[in-house]
Amino acid sequence: MKALLIRELRLALRSGGGAGLGLAFFLIVVILVPFGVGPDPKILAQIAPGTLWIGALLACLLSLDRLFQTDSEDGTLDILALSPLPLEMLVAVKAFAHWLTTGLPLVIAAPVLAITLSLPTETYIWLIASLALGTPALSFIGAAGAAITVGVRRGGLLLSLLVLPLYIPTLIFGAKAAALASGGGDPMPALMLVAGLSLFTVALTPFAAAAALRSHLG
Amino acid sequence: MRVNASFICALSPLAKIRYCIFMSLTVSNLSCQRGGQTIFAGLSFELAKGQAMVLRGPNGAGKSTLLRVLAGLIPPLSGRIDLNGCGHKNRDDFQEMIAFAGHLDAIKPQLTVAENLRFWADLFGSNAFDQTMQDFRLVEISDRLSHTCSAGQKRRLGLARIAVTSRPLWLLDEPTVSLDTEITAQFTALIDQHCAAGGMALIATHIDLGLNSSTELYLEALTRKTLQSLPESDPFLKGDWT
Repeated sequence: MKALLIRELRLALRSGGGAGLGLAFFLIVVILVPFGVGPDPKILAQIAPGTLWIGALLACLLSLDRLFQTDSEDGTLDILALSPLPLEMLVAVKAFAHWLTTGLPLVIAAPVLAITLSLPTETYIWLIASLALGTPALSFIGAAGAAITVGVRRGGLLLSLLVLPLYIPTLIFGAKAAALASGGGDPMPALMLVAGLSLFTVALTPFAAAAALRSHLG
Repeated sequence: MRVNASFICALSPLAKIRYCIFMSLTVSNLSCQRGGQTIFAGLSFELAKGQAMVLRGPNGAGKSTLLRVLAGLIPPLSGRIDLNGCGHKNRDDFQEMIAFAGHLDAIKPQLTVAENLRFWADLFGSNAFDQTMQDFRLVEISDRLSHTCSAGQKRRLGLARIAVTSRPLWLLDEPTVSLDTEITAQFTALIDQHCAAGGMALIATHIDLGLNSSTELYLEALTRKTLQSLPESDPFLKGDWT
């Protein structure tokens, strides 16, 4: 298990791994928003949580389609299926590694970008909390989508269509938590729901993804 | 005897012991379809402890498919596979006894040769890493990134994985492709050694490996005529859906 995690991180950080890609994409998308919407701090502050969350969703999607695809193409998936590690665990480790290399950098970069969107300083902590609790759900739901589309040529597009609708609940409550905090409301209930969604997907999607991978192998 | 064997099968930590005592592969009446096309049907054979079997047959006869079915990667349409009394439906225990090498070498190009093999050794809980690096002459290229290796070197790395996993049944799909004669001979010796230690091997190949004790299984490509005489069993193709 540790071996797999180390390998995943190493592959993501080596050339062509695409770990920095999601982060760079996130930065650019969020920085583009003020250019499109205009520099009015009031409007920007209002749309900041939603913008950051949508940026995070899209950045997360970028590297998802390669999650199982490369392993399937070079035969690694066959051997992993025969390894002592259950396929469900394999999916969980890979999704966790995806979160470490894609989701976590976004969480760390978000406050910096929040400055460009003139989000009130006191809400940073809630923004970070909502992203930190919500991005694992993005990686795990995405892992199930990646497993389903693993054998599909140009599966990345199909993956987006499958996965983005499933991201809606996380997006609603994640953005709402940050928005409530900046609007002076109580962000706790929304935050709890985000955490619940993450736990739910972490517990269930590995089984769905493993079933999809098995049927792909066969 | 079968009751005994499956009892031991249930105690999967005792894999090593099981490896020595009961060692047999029984395939009975195995059939497989892919995409509605029958690949092979009614296949039965047995492999005893210490035996190697060479799979022969023309391209498209189903050698690779058979190996994938035996590895538990493709579910068979009908029939039964028993490995040491453990049926193929008991997938986790069944697959725990199998080392599989297909056409692809399962190598990550961005990792070095040593990192690739180390990963498999760690994942399969093996301590034969150093020995295998030497056996397959990988020590001198251990720091090279895999994408800079030649086809033969990659194949060596792919086969080295079989050696580090230390499992009783080896399923090898044309293992000698792009290997030089010296390494081929060494690898054949390794298969002999594996069988002498009580293991089994099933090898699909077109060349004469010169194994010590091996039987042959010839798979025939199914003609259209024989296909028509087979019972149709895929519900999607029966016309039920039209």
